[in-house]
Amino acid sequence: MAQARVYVTLKEGILDPQGKTVLRALHSLGFPEVEDLRIGKYMELKFTDSRKENLEERLSEMCERILANPVIENYRMEVED
Amino acid sequence: MRFGIVMFPGSNCEQDCLHVLRDVLNQDAEYVWHQSSDVSGFDCLVLPGGFSYGDYLRTGAIARFSPVMKAVEKFAIGGGLVIGICNGFQILLEAGLLPGAMMRNVGLKFICRFVDIRVETVNTPWTRSCAGGGVLEIPIAHNEGNYQVPAGTLEEMKRRGQIVFRYCSPEGSAHPDFNPNGSIENIAGICNQEGNVLGMMPHPERASELELGSTDGLVIWRSILAHCGARA
Repeated sequence: MAQARVYVTLKEGILDPQGKTVLRALHSLGFPEVEDLRIGKYMELKFTDSRKENLEERLSEMCERILANPVIENYRMEVED
Repeated sequence: MRFGIVMFPGSNCEQDCLHVLRDVLNQDAEYVWHQSSDVSGFDCLVLPGGFSYGDYLRTGAIARFSPVMKAVEKFAIGGGLVIGICNGFQILLEAGLLPGAMMRNVGLKFICRFVDIRVETVNTPWTRSCAGGGVLEIPIAHNEGNYQVPAGTLEEMKRRGQIVFRYCSPEGSAHPDFNPNGSIENIAGICNQEGNVLGMMPHPERASELELGSTDGLVIWRSILAHCGARA
Protein backbone atom coordinates (compact mmCIF):
# COMPACT_ATOMS: atom_id res chain seq x y z
CA MET A 1 0.00 0.00 0.00
CA ALA A 2 1.41 3.39 -0.98
CA GLN A 3 1.82 5.86 1.83
CA ALA A 4 2.84 9.48 2.08
CA ARG A 5 3.96 11.91 4.70
CA VAL A 6 3.21 15.60 4.31
CA TYR A 7 4.98 18.30 6.33
CA VAL A 8 3.32 21.71 6.37
CA THR A 9 5.50 24.52 7.68
CA LEU A 10 5.11 28.27 8.01
CA LYS A 11 6.82 30.36 5.38
CA GLU A 12 9.85 32.37 6.40
CA GLY A 13 8.92 35.79 7.71
CA ILE A 14 5.49 34.68 8.94
CA LEU A 15 5.32 35.21 12.69
CA ASP A 16 4.48 32.02 14.59
CA PRO A 17 2.81 32.95 17.90
CA GLN A 18 2.67 29.30 19.04
CA GLY A 19 6.33 28.66 18.25
CA LYS A 20 7.41 31.84 20.07
CA THR A 21 5.47 30.80 23.18
CA VAL A 22 6.96 27.29 23.23
CA LEU A 23 10.42 28.80 22.67
CA ARG A 24 9.94 31.00 25.75
CA ALA A 25 8.77 27.97 27.74
CA LEU A 26 11.93 26.07 26.76
CA HIS A 27 14.08 28.99 27.85
CA SER A 28 12.34 29.17 31.21
CA LEU A 29 12.80 25.39 31.63
CA GLY A 30 16.55 25.85 31.34
CA PHE A 31 17.18 25.28 27.63
CA PRO A 32 18.66 28.64 26.60
CA GLU A 33 20.50 27.02 23.68
CA VAL A 34 17.33 26.90 21.59
CA GLU A 35 17.55 29.88 19.30
CA ASP A 36 14.33 29.51 17.36
CA LEU A 37 11.36 27.16 17.15
CA ARG A 38 8.56 27.01 14.62
CA ILE A 39 5.53 24.76 14.74
CA GLY A 40 4.10 23.04 11.69
CA LYS A 41 1.79 20.15 10.84
CA TYR A 42 2.55 16.53 10.02
CA MET A 43 0.10 14.36 8.09
CA GLU A 44 0.14 10.67 7.18
CA LEU A 45 -1.80 9.49 4.16
CA LYS A 46 -2.53 5.96 2.96
CA PHE A 47 -3.65 5.24 -0.57
CA THR A 48 -5.83 2.58 -2.13
CA ASP A 49 -4.03 0.33 -4.58
CA SER A 50 -6.57 1.02 -7.30
CA ARG A 51 -5.19 4.40 -8.35
CA LYS A 52 -1.44 4.43 -8.29
CA GLU A 53 -0.68 6.54 -11.36
CA ASN A 54 0.32 10.19 -10.90
CA LEU A 55 0.45 9.75 -7.15
CA GLU A 56 2.98 12.53 -6.55
CA GLU A 57 1.22 14.87 -8.89
CA ARG A 58 -2.12 14.25 -7.24
CA LEU A 59 -0.63 14.65 -3.78
CA SER A 60 0.85 18.02 -4.80
CA GLU A 61 -2.58 19.06 -5.92
CA MET A 62 -4.04 18.02 -2.55
CA CYS A 63 -1.39 20.10 -0.78
CA GLU A 64 -1.98 23.14 -2.98
CA ARG A 65 -5.74 22.99 -2.74
CA ILE A 66 -6.40 22.17 0.88
CA LEU A 67 -3.67 20.59 3.01
CA ALA A 68 -1.56 23.77 3.01
CA ASN A 69 -2.46 27.42 2.58
CA PRO A 70 0.06 28.76 0.04
CA VAL A 71 -0.31 32.32 1.41
CA ILE A 72 1.37 31.43 4.69
CA GLU A 73 2.61 27.83 4.41
CA ASN A 74 5.07 25.64 2.51
CA TYR A 75 4.75 21.89 2.20
CA ARG A 76 7.10 18.98 1.67
CA MET A 77 6.04 15.43 0.87
CA GLU A 78 7.55 11.97 1.03
CA VAL A 79 5.94 9.14 -0.93
CA GLU A 80 6.57 5.45 -0.23
CA ASP A 81 5.34 2.66 -2.47
CA MET B 1 -33.79 43.75 0.72
CA ARG B 2 -33.43 40.00 0.77
CA PHE B 3 -30.52 38.61 2.78
CA GLY B 4 -29.27 35.01 2.67
CA ILE B 5 -27.41 33.84 5.76
CA VAL B 6 -25.16 30.95 4.78
CA MET B 7 -25.00 28.24 7.45
CA PHE B 8 -22.18 25.73 7.73
CA PRO B 9 -21.96 22.90 10.26
CA GLY B 10 -20.53 24.77 13.24
CA SER B 11 -21.76 28.27 12.38
CA ASN B 12 -23.13 29.88 15.54
CA CYS B 13 -23.88 33.53 14.82
CA GLU B 14 -26.57 32.97 12.20
CA GLN B 15 -29.45 33.57 14.62
CA ASP B 16 -28.00 36.90 15.73
CA CYS B 17 -27.67 38.00 12.09
CA LEU B 18 -31.19 36.84 11.24
CA HIS B 19 -32.64 38.64 14.28
CA VAL B 20 -30.93 41.95 13.50
CA LEU B 21 -31.85 41.87 9.82
CA ARG B 22 -35.47 40.80 10.38
CA ASP B 23 -36.47 42.30 13.71
CA VAL B 24 -34.27 45.39 13.97
CA LEU B 25 -34.01 46.38 10.31
CA ASN B 26 -37.27 44.89 8.95
CA GLN B 27 -35.62 43.12 6.02
CA ASP B 28 -36.27 39.73 4.49
CA ALA B 29 -33.68 37.26 5.69
CA GLU B 30 -33.42 33.50 5.56
CA TYR B 31 -30.90 30.75 6.09
CA VAL B 32 -29.08 29.05 3.22
CA TRP B 33 -27.78 25.59 4.14
CA HIS B 34 -24.20 24.78 3.11
CA GLN B 35 -25.38 21.97 0.83
CA SER B 36 -27.52 24.27 -1.24
CA SER B 37 -26.19 25.25 -4.62
CA ASP B 38 -28.68 28.04 -5.26
CA VAL B 39 -28.34 31.58 -3.94
CA SER B 40 -30.49 33.24 -6.57
CA GLY B 41 -32.97 35.86 -5.42
CA PHE B 42 -30.75 37.29 -2.68
CA ASP B 43 -29.42 40.85 -2.68
CA CYS B 44 -26.76 40.17 -0.08
CA LEU B 45 -25.15 37.04 1.38
CA VAL B 46 -23.93 36.92 4.98
CA LEU B 47 -21.33 34.35 6.05
CA PRO B 48 -21.74 34.41 9.83
CA GLY B 49 -19.28 33.67 12.60
CA GLY B 50 -18.75 30.37 14.37
CA PHE B 51 -16.49 27.38 14.16
CA SER B 52 -17.32 25.78 10.82
CA TYR B 53 -16.11 22.17 10.73
CA GLY B 54 -14.58 22.63 14.18
CA ASP B 55 -11.86 24.87 12.73
CA TYR B 56 -10.13 21.63 11.68
CA LEU B 57 -6.97 21.93 9.55
CA ARG B 58 -7.23 25.75 9.36
CA THR B 59 -10.15 28.07 10.10
CA GLY B 60 -12.48 28.06 7.10
CA ALA B 61 -10.36 25.53 5.18
CA ILE B 62 -13.08 22.84 4.98
CA ALA B 63 -16.12 25.13 4.75
CA ARG B 64 -14.54 26.74 1.74
CA PHE B 65 -15.25 23.51 -0.19
CA SER B 66 -18.91 23.25 0.87
CA PRO B 67 -21.22 22.94 -2.14
CA VAL B 68 -22.74 26.38 -1.44
CA MET B 69 -19.37 28.10 -1.86
CA LYS B 70 -19.37 27.55 -5.63
CA ALA B 71 -22.61 29.52 -5.76
CA VAL B 72 -21.24 32.16 -3.35
CA GLU B 73 -18.15 32.57 -5.54
CA LYS B 74 -20.28 32.96 -8.65
CA PHE B 75 -22.52 35.45 -6.85
CA ALA B 76 -19.48 37.47 -5.68
CA ILE B 77 -17.76 37.44 -9.06
CA GLY B 78 -21.00 38.66 -10.60
CA GLY B 79 -20.87 41.69 -8.29
CA GLY B 80 -23.23 40.41 -5.57
CA LEU B 81 -22.76 41.76 -2.03
CA VAL B 82 -21.07 39.27 0.30
CA ILE B 83 -20.11 39.97 3.92
CA GLY B 84 -18.05 37.51 5.97
CA ILE B 85 -18.00 38.11 9.70
CA CYS B 86 -15.30 36.45 11.83
CA ASN B 87 -15.34 32.79 10.73
CA GLY B 88 -17.13 34.01 7.60
CA PHE B 89 -14.14 36.29 6.92
CA GLN B 90 -11.79 33.32 7.42
CA ILE B 91 -13.83 31.28 4.91
CA LEU B 92 -13.66 34.09 2.32
CA LEU B 93 -9.85 34.19 2.74
CA GLU B 94 -9.53 30.43 2.28
CA ALA B 95 -11.80 30.63 -0.76
CA GLY B 96 -9.54 33.27 -2.30
CA LEU B 97 -12.37 35.79 -2.56
CA LEU B 98 -10.28 38.07 -0.33
CA PRO B 99 -6.46 38.25 -0.18
CA GLY B 100 -4.35 37.11 2.79
CA ALA B 101 -4.65 34.54 5.58
CA MET B 102 -5.46 34.29 9.27
CA MET B 103 -2.98 33.23 11.97
CA ARG B 104 -3.41 32.49 15.69
CA ASN B 105 -3.74 35.60 17.86
CA VAL B 106 -0.32 36.78 19.01
CA GLY B 107 -1.23 36.27 22.69
CA LEU B 108 -2.58 32.75 21.92
CA LYS B 109 -5.80 33.65 23.73
CA PHE B 110 -9.36 33.63 22.51
CA ILE B 111 -10.34 37.30 22.76
CA CYS B 112 -13.97 38.22 23.41
CA ARG B 113 -14.49 41.91 24.14
CA PHE B 114 -15.50 45.25 22.69
CA VAL B 115 -12.86 46.94 20.54
CA ASP B 116 -12.74 50.25 18.69
CA ILE B 117 -12.27 50.16 14.95
CA ARG B 118 -11.57 53.08 12.66
CA VAL B 119 -13.41 53.34 9.36
CA GLU B 120 -10.63 53.72 6.78
CA THR B 121 -12.81 54.36 3.75
CA VAL B 122 -16.40 55.37 3.15
CA ASN B 123 -16.11 54.45 -0.52
CA THR B 124 -17.53 50.94 -0.08
CA PRO B 125 -21.11 49.66 -0.04
CA TRP B 126 -20.44 48.62 3.58
CA THR B 127 -19.31 51.97 4.97
CA ARG B 128 -20.97 54.61 2.81
CA SER B 129 -23.22 55.75 5.68
CA CYS B 130 -20.27 56.22 8.07
CA ALA B 131 -20.21 59.98 7.63
CA GLY B 132 -16.64 61.25 7.79
CA GLY B 133 -15.25 57.87 8.76
CA GLY B 134 -15.07 57.77 12.53
CA VAL B 135 -14.66 55.08 15.17
CA LEU B 136 -17.05 52.19 15.80
CA GLU B 137 -17.30 50.22 19.03
CA ILE B 138 -17.99 46.59 18.05
CA PRO B 139 -17.06 43.35 19.82
CA ILE B 140 -14.62 40.73 18.58
CA ALA B 141 -14.66 37.04 19.57
CA HIS B 142 -11.91 34.99 17.97
CA ASN B 143 -8.77 32.93 18.36
CA GLU B 144 -7.49 33.42 14.79
CA GLY B 145 -7.78 37.10 13.92
CA ASN B 146 -4.14 37.79 13.27
CA TYR B 147 -4.49 38.85 9.64
CA GLN B 148 -1.39 38.48 7.48
CA VAL B 149 -0.75 39.27 3.82
CA PRO B 150 2.45 39.52 1.73
CA ALA B 151 3.94 43.04 1.77
CA GLY B 152 3.48 43.61 -1.97
CA THR B 153 -0.18 42.63 -1.85
CA LEU B 154 -0.74 44.86 1.18
CA GLU B 155 0.66 47.87 -0.68
CA GLU B 156 -1.65 47.15 -3.63
CA MET B 157 -4.61 46.83 -1.25
CA LYS B 158 -3.79 50.15 0.41
CA ARG B 159 -3.45 51.86 -2.94
CA ARG B 160 -6.83 50.54 -4.02
CA GLY B 161 -8.57 51.45 -0.76
CA GLN B 162 -9.24 47.84 0.28
CA ILE B 163 -8.39 48.39 3.96
CA VAL B 164 -11.82 49.06 5.46
CA PHE B 165 -11.31 48.87 9.25
CA ARG B 166 -8.33 49.16 11.61
CA TYR B 167 -8.21 48.46 15.36
CA CYS B 168 -7.68 51.78 17.16
CA SER B 169 -7.96 53.75 20.39
CA PRO B 170 -11.32 55.33 21.30
CA GLU B 171 -9.91 58.52 19.77
CA GLY B 172 -9.03 56.77 16.51
CA SER B 173 -5.28 56.18 16.81
CA ALA B 174 -4.31 52.93 15.06
CA HIS B 175 -1.23 52.55 17.29
CA PRO B 176 0.07 48.97 17.83
CA ASP B 177 -1.00 49.29 21.50
CA PHE B 178 -4.60 48.98 20.33
CA ASN B 179 -3.99 45.89 18.24
CA PRO B 180 -5.69 42.98 20.05
CA ASN B 181 -4.36 40.08 17.97
CA GLY B 182 -1.16 41.00 16.09
CA SER B 183 -2.93 41.63 12.79
CA ILE B 184 -0.68 43.35 10.25
CA GLU B 185 -1.03 47.16 10.44
CA ASN B 186 -3.98 46.75 12.88
CA ILE B 187 -6.23 45.51 10.08
CA ALA B 188 -9.71 44.46 11.26
CA GLY B 189 -11.56 44.39 7.94
CA ILE B 190 -10.85 44.41 4.21
CA CYS B 191 -12.75 44.31 0.94
CA ASN B 192 -11.96 43.01 -2.53
CA GLN B 193 -10.85 45.29 -5.33
CA GLU B 194 -14.41 45.82 -6.55
CA GLY B 195 -15.68 46.51 -3.01
CA ASN B 196 -18.61 44.08 -3.13
CA VAL B 197 -16.99 41.48 -0.84
CA LEU B 198 -16.20 42.47 2.76
CA GLY B 199 -14.47 40.47 5.48
CA MET B 200 -14.33 41.73 9.07
CA MET B 201 -13.40 40.15 12.40
CA PRO B 202 -15.65 42.35 14.63
CA HIS B 203 -19.30 41.31 14.90
CA PRO B 204 -21.66 44.12 13.79
CA GLU B 205 -24.67 41.89 14.57
CA ARG B 206 -23.64 41.93 18.25
CA ALA B 207 -23.62 45.74 18.29
CA SER B 208 -26.93 46.54 16.66
CA GLU B 209 -29.17 47.10 19.70
CA LEU B 210 -28.77 49.40 22.72
CA GLU B 211 -29.45 46.49 25.08
CA LEU B 212 -26.21 44.88 23.92
CA GLY B 213 -24.05 47.87 24.73
CA SER B 214 -23.54 49.45 21.31
CA THR B 215 -25.47 50.24 18.17
CA ASP B 216 -22.39 51.09 16.13
CA GLY B 217 -22.78 47.93 14.04
CA LEU B 218 -26.03 49.27 12.59
CA VAL B 219 -24.20 51.72 10.36
CA ILE B 220 -22.74 48.79 8.40
CA TRP B 221 -26.15 47.22 7.79
CA ARG B 222 -27.62 50.66 7.00
CA SER B 223 -24.85 51.32 4.52
CA ILE B 224 -25.81 48.17 2.61
CA LEU B 225 -29.47 49.17 2.67
CA ALA B 226 -28.60 52.66 1.42
CA HIS B 227 -26.38 51.15 -1.28
CA CYS B 228 -29.30 49.05 -2.51
CA GLY B 229 -31.83 51.85 -2.10
CA ALA B 230 -33.76 49.96 0.61
CA ARG B 231 -35.38 51.35 3.75
CA ALA B 232 -34.97 50.09 7.29
